[in-house]
Amino acid sequence: MQFGIFTVSDITTDPTNGRTPAEAERIKAVVAIARKAEEVGLDVFALGEHHNPPFFSSSPTTTLAYIAGQTDRLLLSTATTLITTNDPVKIAEDYAMLQHLADGRVDLMMGRGNTGPVYPWFGQDIRNGIALAIENYALLRRLWREDVVDWEGRFRTPLQSFTSTPRPLDGIPPFVWHGSIRSPEIAEQAAYYGDGFFANHIFWPASHTQRMVALYRQRFEHYGHGSADQAIVGLGGQVFMRKNSQEAVREFRPYFDNAPVYGHGPSLEEFTSQTPLTVGSPQQVIDRTLGFREYVGDYQRQLFLLDHAGLPLKTVLEQLDLLGEEVVPVLRKEFDALRPAHVPEAPTHASLKLKAAAR
Amino acid sequence: MTGRKLVAVSAGLSQPSSTRLLADQLAAATGAEASRLGIQLSTSAVDLRDHAHDLTNHLLTGFPSAQLKPIIDAVAAADGLIAVTPIFNASYSGLFKLFFDVIGDTALVDKPVLIGATGGTARHSLALEHALRPMFAYLRAVVVPTAVFAAPEDWAGGGGRGGSGAGAAAGGGAAAGGGAAAGGALRGRIQRAARELAGQINLREPATAPDPFALSTSFEELLAGD
Repeated sequence: MQFGIFTVSDITTDPTNGRTPAEAERIKAVVAIARKAEEVGLDVFALGEHHNPPFFSSSPTTTLAYIAGQTDRLLLSTATTLITTNDPVKIAEDYAMLQHLADGRVDLMMGRGNTGPVYPWFGQDIRNGIALAIENYALLRRLWREDVVDWEGRFRTPLQSFTSTPRPLDGIPPFVWHGSIRSPEIAEQAAYYGDGFFANHIFWPASHTQRMVALYRQRFEHYGHGSADQAIVGLGGQVFMRKNSQEAVREFRPYFDNAPVYGHGPSLEEFTSQTPLTVGSPQQVIDRTLGFREYVGDYQRQLFLLDHAGLPLKTVLEQLDLLGEEVVPVLRKEFDALRPAHVPEAPTHASLKLKAAAR
Repeated sequence: MTGRKLVAVSAGLSQPSSTRLLADQLAAATGAEASRLGIQLSTSAVDLRDHAHDLTNHLLTGFPSAQLKPIIDAVAAADGLIAVTPIFNASYSGLFKLFFDVIGDTALVDKPVLIGATGGTARHSLALEHALRPMFAYLRAVVVPTAVFAAPEDWAGGGGRGGSGAGAAAGGGAAAGGGAAAGGALRGRIQRAARELAGQINLREPATAPDPFALSTSFEELLAGD
């Protein structure tokens, strides 16, 4: 099982001291967080893509390539890549390029983006969100799998005799996850292609995640990619830890109360009971995370959100120490012991290469 | 007798609440009219006051708490809805609107709805027509023609529980006394509205709530751009 972190790249004022990091500081902080993730033994670092303040990550492959140059083992991913407003041709090129530079340590998570005004900045319309995700991804797959593509569709100019370069590393396209909170069409899309399905999970009740993952698993089997319990599932999670649980709650509360997403609404206690947010000791995080398996089944990837809502870099790095030293080793052991042998690991470049060679 | 579900939502704030009282009387009258049509209506009452914090949280987080979710689900799955609000500043109360703002844009489609309101003076009564009715029309609910407004004089008007609907409606009772029972004219309006609501419920198949996680198109259709 893969463990890692994902960041949405928000630049948020620290509510405890009113300090807002400069863009350069926050961008470098995210690079430091990624390096730390590798240092403490995590497997995956996933970066969001946004085209509006307060987020900085408009150009994820630039950031990920820079991180690739400073790491050796870390798998670089996205959370998410906007399959709606990006030209699929550019996604095909950018991520194949990244694949070569990172020696295959790359996969992607597709998402639609839910901010209406962003779409027209890229010549699109949010009302076509699902249709864009379907058409653009169908084209992206062909660009990675066929050397010369003739194509015509609804949303971009036709392609004639087009070759996307560089070609995917070793002829193997990056593995793709499809992220969604509650759009059944996206679970269906992931199942149709036998791709991974990533349930955002955080900020929402577990019942949403349960329904979406169940739909994806059932349709994965329907399309003949394997049994439902062999489908490739990833989950988000959000945690804040201190050795002692009261200390964690006391320290995190001002960040929670003022957070952009849920601030000034439910109490920390209500939100932790209603969503996967866990604020407490490393042991509480272990127990809660193991519990996810009870409603989604054995899954392949767990990503945690650690660095949002204005938390200072020092605090985030301390969280990574706790995650790497106390939480993930236990989770690896426990999840591995629980998982039946016929449930696969998430595909990686290395595993896909072996599989291709075996054919 | 066939079994159907009626939900009576009240946005009344005080305890006891005249808004709740009106909702209860509308529900009881609808139950009686429905049973004449061979329908056994099971009624549940919802006081939005009990969910005020959860409604605000839903607006901010985008999902209902475990306490609020069954209320929203029950309204979506109801065969008929009674919705009663106090009139504040010539319109529905903020709490009332909040509930219908989080309920989802398909929850009330083709659902028979009876609207009612209470106010400190009968001068507020047309708020039902210019505020509540358009909102429910927007949600594509089927709002019955009779909307019921109860002013203080309606609660004071006698008429008693024994009077026939038609007679009480014609009586326009403004007599003193009577306590917290609907006066003659109000009783008549309640019965007329209840008859309309029961009739609309009777016209329809039993309601089922839409499932937001259900797939409505095949992937081939999605790929084809349908």
